[in-house]
Amino acid sequence: MLAKRIIPCLDVKDGKVVKGVKFRNHELIGDIVPLAKRYAEEGADELVFYDITASADERVVDKSWVSRVAEVIDIPFCVAGGIKSEEDAARILEYGADKVSINSPALADPSLINRLAAKFGVQCIVIGIDSYFDEDTEEYKVYQFTGDETRTQVTKWTTFEWIKEVQKRGAGEIVLNVMNQDGVRGGYDTVQLSKARKICNIPLIASGGAGEMSHFNTVFKEADVDGALAASVFHKQVINIGELKEYLRDQDVEIRT
Amino acid sequence: MTQNTIKDQAKFNVVIIDTGCANLSSVRFAIERLGYSVAVSRDADVLRNADKLFLPGVGTAQEAMKNLADRELIDLVKSLTQPVLGICLGMQLLAEFSAEGNVATLGLISGSIDPMPSKGVRLPHMGWNQIEPQQDHPLFKDIPSGSYFYFVHSYALAVGGDTIATCTHGAPFTAAVNRNNFYGVQFHPERSSKAGAQLIKNFLEM
Repeated sequence: MLAKRIIPCLDVKDGKVVKGVKFRNHELIGDIVPLAKRYAEEGADELVFYDITASADERVVDKSWVSRVAEVIDIPFCVAGGIKSEEDAARILEYGADKVSINSPALADPSLINRLAAKFGVQCIVIGIDSYFDEDTEEYKVYQFTGDETRTQVTKWTTFEWIKEVQKRGAGEIVLNVMNQDGVRGGYDTVQLSKARKICNIPLIASGGAGEMSHFNTVFKEADVDGALAASVFHKQVINIGELKEYLRDQDVEIRT
Repeated sequence: MTQNTIKDQAKFNVVIIDTGCANLSSVRFAIERLGYSVAVSRDADVLRNADKLFLPGVGTAQEAMKNLADRELIDLVKSLTQPVLGICLGMQLLAEFSAEGNVATLGLISGSIDPMPSKGVRLPHMGWNQIEPQQDHPLFKDIPSGSYFYFVHSYALAVGGDTIATCTHGAPFTAAVNRNNFYGVQFHPERSSKAGAQLIKNFLEM
């Protein structure tokens, strides 16, 4: 049976791993390659690297670190941030990434998803969605340019309409990040993820809110997501990936040994 | 069985067939991590003189066959007599026909590539899944039944006469094939942690 995936996320800024709370106040965590290697050795099933400077800044971002990661890592990894064209995606994949994740540029030009899927195959096209629950309107809305607080803006899309749209256009996987929960470790938003699951026929990855091991168990069982992504609990060694996987196996979650 | 020394490995010609597909470097790095040097080439002489060859691939069957045709690699690959390992789309290209773009493929193993049945499961089949290898096949030496490998695909080869390992996602399908000197794996050994490294090592030591 297909195993549920545990996915550490490394936010990258200027070639280093950083972590912010609710997307802000980024603090330096360390170098990319040793941290990526440590996670792979601890049993991570996949890694995601978000170059959080890239979409917000107009400058060309140096991505040569992708190749250094590919040299040492023997599990799949995905690169997000600043991929705006077929050429950008081709370069990242040539460096050795397995998948590319598109967020703000897909909102700016949804046809980018079609073009990338046609050229590289749907299986390496991941769509990242930053979703925020507005308590006044009780709507989940998609946000853009979340890497830079000063440019972050709400889009015309509700989260569920955008999930349907990107599937139509050829997305191979969706990472649904819940901004309300990001970095606060209060648990995944299983209400939103369960709703997303019902309309999502491609792999769905939960993001935002992991604080303790039981949160992973809950999101796999209640929202039936294919993978769970987390950052700070792994960076700060609140949760050890090996112990987490052992715990989930004991809870009868299908986990790779 | 004796271990290859680094010196032996240096004389050993490992070549990745340069199909123009995008994941060449991850396959190259996986081979290099085992201590082998490896060339990436589409030169006929280099390919013919190789001891072992890899046929990688990502993207669509149609685009990959077009790339092979543009590079005049179709007859050359068919004429190879050394062990060739196709990976993912590279494995699918070894079959007779692919429904992904309705394109004739190399015809080096039996069967055709069809969309995976989506009933009750999500596609693409993406993530780690367990395989059941044929007992005693050298490609799966020291790889126990039930080992997890990393898969990313929506099309698959049905279980058939050349199948040497199976996997199940909704329905059983071919995880690995072998006919004559042509081998193929639907999963990505270069991204399958220790089990994947063992499989590449087995292929190189066969």
